[in-house]
Amino acid sequence: MRWMWIDRFLEFTSRKSAKAVKNLSRAEDLFRDHFPSWPVMPASLILEGLAQTGGILVGEANDFREKVVLAKINKARFHREALAGEQLTYSVELLDLRPEGATISGAVHAGNDLVAEAEIMFAHLDQSRSQQVFGEHNFVFSGELKKLLGLARLLKS
Amino acid sequence: MPTHAEIYQKVAETLCESLNVDPEDVRPEATLQGDLGAESIDFLDIVFRLERSFGIKIPRGELFPESIFQGDPKFVQDGKVTEAGIQELRTRLPFADVDKFAKDPQLAKIGDLFTVAMVTRYVEGKLNGTHN
Repeated sequence: MRWMWIDRFLEFTSRKSAKAVKNLSRAEDLFRDHFPSWPVMPASLILEGLAQTGGILVGEANDFREKVVLAKINKARFHREALAGEQLTYSVELLDLRPEGATISGAVHAGNDLVAEAEIMFAHLDQSRSQQVFGEHNFVFSGELKKLLGLARLLKS
Repeated sequence: MPTHAEIYQKVAETLCESLNVDPEDVRPEATLQGDLGAESIDFLDIVFRLERSFGIKIPRGELFPESIFQGDPKFVQDGKVTEAGIQELRTRLPFADVDKFAKDPQLAKIGDLFTVAMVTRYVEGKLNGTHN
């Protein structure tokens, strides 16, 4: 299973903002159980999509050298459910970026409807310690997530 | 230049938001970890928020050092901070109440240096240029 909860970037401005979309297909496994006759996207996975959009924005800011991990969800508000058949748009803005980590604010829309808002903090795993534990390999941005950004650039050019 | 009371109020609000605690729990002597339940990642969040709300720059490790003594036996012996260690604390954290800590300088209690009043003094110093 690929842990990817965004389909494509629509916009990407380095160190500033990004916008991505996620199409909610009725065929996705999760809708089989969540819920059988009411296919609603779990709020936690909406947040994951927002975190992936923001995490790539944060990772790209340092050319993917840092291991960017979700550290804290400062706040999150959910305004309505998102159902299979809808397209979610994740818009994030970089609020802070420091050597130790970053914060983004984000909003999720379905059409013109505001579905959710959140502020998410990411930490850069301590470089010396994470290298001891995980080695040189950046397991966060191993390939799939970076390819998403490559696709966005390809479509733009 | 905001007054001490104004700075304290803003620091308290920042800590309430970051640590999700009730305003009445935030007292000057409250310790961030022991009383307000801060975890390591919260310190980074607090730094972000203080920078934003006060428009200051907080260099890495200045307000919340990751490690002060690094296991140096000159500074710590038998679980207690030595006189040299106390001096090191005064130099590294001039805005902390080191006198209070020095009365019972157990390393395990070093987290108690980080109080609401300490953060307030740090921000005050930043705003009036005592430490840059």
